[in-house]
Amino acid sequence: MTDPIVSVRKLVKRYVNGFEALKGVDLDIAEGEILALLGPNGAGKTTLISAICGITTPTEGTITVGGHDTVRDFRAARALIGLVPQEINLEPFEPVASTVAFSRGLFGKPRDPRLIARVLDSLSLGDKATARVRELSGGMKRRVLIAKALSHEPRVLFLDEPTAGVDVELRRGMWEIVADLKRQGVTIILTTHYIEEAEAIADRIAVIDGGRILLVEEKAALMARMGQKVLHVALTSRLETVPETLSSYALSLSEDGHSLIYTYDTRAARTGVVRLLAAIDAAGLQVADVTTRESSLEEIFVGLTRHEPEGNVA
Amino acid sequence: MNLAAIRAIYVFEMQRFFRTLAQSVVSPVLSTSLYFVVFGAAIGSRIETVEGIPYGAFIVPGLIMLTVLTQATSNASFGIYFPKFIGTIDEILSAPLSFIEITIGFVGAAATKALFIGLIILVTAFFFVDLAILHPVWMLIFLILTCVSFALLGFIIGIWADNFEKLQLVPLLVITPLVFLGGSFYSISMLPPAWQTVTLFNPVVYLVSGFRWSFFGEADVAIGLSIAMILIFLALCLGTIWLIFRTGWKLRK
Ligand SMILES: Nc1ncnc2c1ncn2[C@@H]1O[C@H](COP(=O)(O)OP(=O)(O)OP(=O)(O)O)[C@@H](O)[C@H]1O
Ligand SMILES: [Mg+2]
Repeated sequence: MTDPIVSVRKLVKRYVNGFEALKGVDLDIAEGEILALLGPNGAGKTTLISAICGITTPTEGTITVGGHDTVRDFRAARALIGLVPQEINLEPFEPVASTVAFSRGLFGKPRDPRLIARVLDSLSLGDKATARVRELSGGMKRRVLIAKALSHEPRVLFLDEPTAGVDVELRRGMWEIVADLKRQGVTIILTTHYIEEAEAIADRIAVIDGGRILLVEEKAALMARMGQKVLHVALTSRLETVPETLSSYALSLSEDGHSLIYTYDTRAARTGVVRLLAAIDAAGLQVADVTTRESSLEEIFVGLTRHEPEGNVA
Repeated sequence: MNLAAIRAIYVFEMQRFFRTLAQSVVSPVLSTSLYFVVFGAAIGSRIETVEGIPYGAFIVPGLIMLTVLTQATSNASFGIYFPKFIGTIDEILSAPLSFIEITIGFVGAAATKALFIGLIILVTAFFFVDLAILHPVWMLIFLILTCVSFALLGFIIGIWADNFEKLQLVPLLVITPLVFLGGSFYSISMLPPAWQTVTLFNPVVYLVSGFRWSFFGEADVAIGLSIAMILIFLALCLGTIWLIFRTGWKLRK
């Protein structure tokens, strides 16, 4: 990787109550990529983001953003960062446009009402500019949070569960906004509990659990490396049970009895697909169709985080 | 120095103030007017003069101080407590600004509000009593120094408080008694000698005395001492803020 835009080294965060939420995190994020940070509740996603953004002070370790240390050179580092927090923290009585303009001012940027209007429009909030925050729906408030983060034109954008509580249509809209930002060269780190979301938009996936990064990998490579494939063999006739002669293969029968299902590992030297098809033919079964399906990221994810090492409860 | 950020915080706070201007101004003006009626007219008709000053006029500086102190403290403490309470403080903490800019923004706004209200009360006073201000520039200096010092104190309280009770507690238990016992309504020389000595430990005495001097040229304590005391108080507040800044105390998790 060429110089990463965000670099986290041996990051430990111990909260005042002694709880260690991050146990030595190392993570590099490349400029312009979309990294999805996945992990169960309480894994440490928000803590990691908060440490990078300056909301919590790291106990140990170093973080740089754009080459600037986030503690020693915090102004330069933070000026590059936009954060959409997980919690909806907004002043209830403030008009939307003024709370967004406030964010821009906080980041030291000159007033620019036209830019604010453009950002609000891009988030379909144009008609809400003068409305008070408390008059908005939950999904609109979340978009106001995004507008606040975009108001100061960040180069690195953190989205902590941006699509929680957002309807399906809006979620797609948000994915488009993210893709658009990526085209403008913005680096995006997002956490989500919707695996399909990570599958749809991320370039790389990081999985965190119990305060440790378990894996960081290109999405495509990850799915190819760890993916299992499922082979569906549709038959012209209906079966009651899997024929005796095929019992050496770990086959299962679909509910309607019309197809055989074979799961195999793409990493294996021999997948056994060819031999299986020959055996099916030899068993006198007529094959109507053959399809394969890659297992989803979700299955990979569940497999990784299934064994909770310390039984943390969020 | 991130000037745009200071400006953003200051303007944001002032906008909040002006949005609720009626509430912000009506209640202090009303309560001050009541003081004038009760103390100035009712009691004043029996007291005649204090140190040669008609009682109604004598209490004006103290009344303004009373309001300005409480307003500066409560405005600043609430100003920083509210973002902590609803969580918008996170955005401020993640912005490229240091504690110094945060303090200037919030304290500056709270001090301005208190000054504004203090001046309104001064104007109100002219409707009730004959008043001449001997040293108007000193009057303003005292007022501004007081606004800033107590806004700093309020800011510290707002950072320290982690619930609404604590937020109310200090103003209620400390500031109000200090102000009432600070010579707002009487001259220190009217007290028995022992109490006069006790009173000298009350910092508000020096404020009220100095402020009254700027009006009438009469003071309970030497004017130089008044100025020194308020500067010491200011320095103490700034020192405390600096300590908080150094430790990141109670703002960052
Ligand atoms: N201020 C705090 N003091 C003590 N412990 C905390 C604090 N904030 C978070 N934690 C703990 O740190 C752990 C990680 O929390 P964090 O909010 O980072 O999780 P997360 O991965 O964002 O979870 P979620 O998906 O639920 O948002 C949790 O066990 C949580 O209880
Ligand atoms: Mg979280």
